[in-house]
Order: sequence, then structure tokens, then C-alpha cells
Amino acid sequence: MKELSLNILDIVQNSIRAKADEISVAISESVSNDSYEISITDNGTGIPTAILKNVTDPFITTRTKRRMGMGLALLKYHAEITGGKVEIKSEEGKGTEVKATFSYKHIDRQPLGDIVGVLLILMASNEKVNFIYRHITEKGEYRFSSGETKRYLETDTFSDRDLLKEIGSMIRENLKGLEASGIDFIENHIISL
Amino acid sequence: MSKITSLADLKKRREELKSGLDIRVKAIDPENVVQVKVAMATCGIASGAKTIMEFFLEQLDRRNIAAVVTQTGCMGYCYAEPTIEVKLPGQDPVVFGFVDLKRADQIIEKYIKTGELVDGIIPVNYQTIDLKE
Repeated sequence: MKELSLNILDIVQNSIRAKADEISVAISESVSNDSYEISITDNGTGIPTAILKNVTDPFITTRTKRRMGMGLALLKYHAEITGGKVEIKSEEGKGTEVKATFSYKHIDRQPLGDIVGVLLILMASNEKVNFIYRHITEKGEYRFSSGETKRYLETDTFSDRDLLKEIGSMIRENLKGLEASGIDFIENHIISL
Repeated sequence: MSKITSLADLKKRREELKSGLDIRVKAIDPENVVQVKVAMATCGIASGAKTIMEFFLEQLDRRNIAAVVTQTGCMGYCYAEPTIEVKLPGQDPVVFGFVDLKRADQIIEKYIKTGELVDGIIPVNYQTIDLKE
């Protein structure tokens, strides 16, 4: 996968399969501390203890068909090549937290990519799930909740494409204020070269 | 048009569009519309499933085709990703593999609009490897 947002989309699929109805994605980046952290938390069924210790092994999965699970293994790989790591905490019946840390400035850290597009397709196809997105940079923090947005707009669906587009524009505008979306170190670095 | 930066702006914008919104939201009944499921597991995502899903979300709406576009897990056809399942009202679902933007456009124009089959159909008798526990 070429972008971290696609890794996030992939890990969130695990939360959806685990029947979570609230999934939080938090991205925290700091150039001065050289840290880039992604945290995905859900309130799904959790990972059985026996599987948890080997969960980043691609041949360990709860699926019975196609008995491979590459999502966490790939995330771990992408984090570790930058000197980072992946930590997973889970409790059966309560939920799971996947936290990946990267070096912000490492040349092999992938760009975030189209995180807003990822959020929109998740919202469009999982209407009962409350997706919470937080993005924290040294300039501030932005938080979006699909559940709160629905309540505020007094709607129970995101099936209208125009509405989704407007939500996407709103999130992008706010992220622009944090200089978080599309202004990755690597992209800046390449431009400055 | 002014930029939307808050939920209040979003609500105002929605009010402006409201008559159009209500008509379309009410029109969607999954059994009577085209259903498109995009396989969205690691294999699908790595092969471009997000782009394909965005294309269907955008283009079915733009071409005024009443449809529900949703995602599903791995359908077992990792070799043929991105894969999608299309179910026309009253018909059996059909799975298409190797769906790029060109094929996605063909699926809309030929299969969804006219029922004409296009390349890339994965036969229903294809069996995925299902190892016993």
C-alpha cells in the first residue's frame, strides 16, 4: 500500500468485522519530536487472547476462508522500517486499540494520502457506525464525528452524495488550517529540492 | 460559494439543497435498486478498491442510477482484485474481477444500464480454498 490512509482503511475493516459501532482514528504528528502516530480504537468484540500475541503474523487470522491476514502485518512493516512500532491492546467484549508510531522525517514513511476520501467511503457504506476522526498537529487539533454530524443535521443517512461531498469539503478545510492534509514532510522535502 | 468549515455552515448548505436531497433519500430501497458491493480487504485496497468505490459512488449518482454502493470483506478472489459484486433488481448477483476505471465504466454503461454482460465475470462455480479447521 502506498499511503497510510489505505493502511488505516484496511485496519478499520477489522473493527467493522468485529461489529464495532464506534471507531476512532486519531493521527498525531509532531515535526519537532519527529513523531507520527496513528491510533485506531474500536468497541468491537476484541481479539481472543490466544490470537493477540501473534496477531501481526500474516498467517494468524480468525477467518476460515482465505486464512491470511495481511493488514496488521503490513502496518507493522511500514512502521518498523521507519524505526517505529505497532502496539495492540485488546480485551474480549470491550474492544481493541491499534497504535502505530513512525518517524515523521524518515524517508520511508509513507504519505498520509487521501484520509478524507477514506472517511467518506467508510461513512457511506457503514451508516450505523460512528466514525470519530482526530488530527493533532503542532498547530492545533481537529475532531470530526459522523454520529454528531448526523444528529446536528437531523439525518440518519449519508446516502446523499452531495451531502457527503460537502462533509468532505468541511473536513478538508479544517485540516488545511492545521497544515495537516497533503503537507507531508516528504512532499515538502521533494518540493524544496 | 463560501467555504464550509463548521457543522453550522454544513447545515445551512444542506438546507439550500434540501428539496433535492429528500427526493433521492426516499427513493433508495435496497431491494428495488442496483446493489454494488466492493471487496475491501487488504488485497482489494492494495489493488485500488478505494478508487473503484469512489467511482461507483460518484458516477451512479451522476448518471441518475438509483443504487446502493457498499463494501464487503474479501470474497476470496484475491488474484482478481479489485472485485465487485453487482446485483440488479430481481436477478442473481454477478461478480466482476480486475475492475479498473475503464471496466467500471463498462459495467455501468453495459451491465447495469442494459443487462449486457462484460468481460471480467468470475464464474459462480469458482471455489475458493476453504481449509478445514
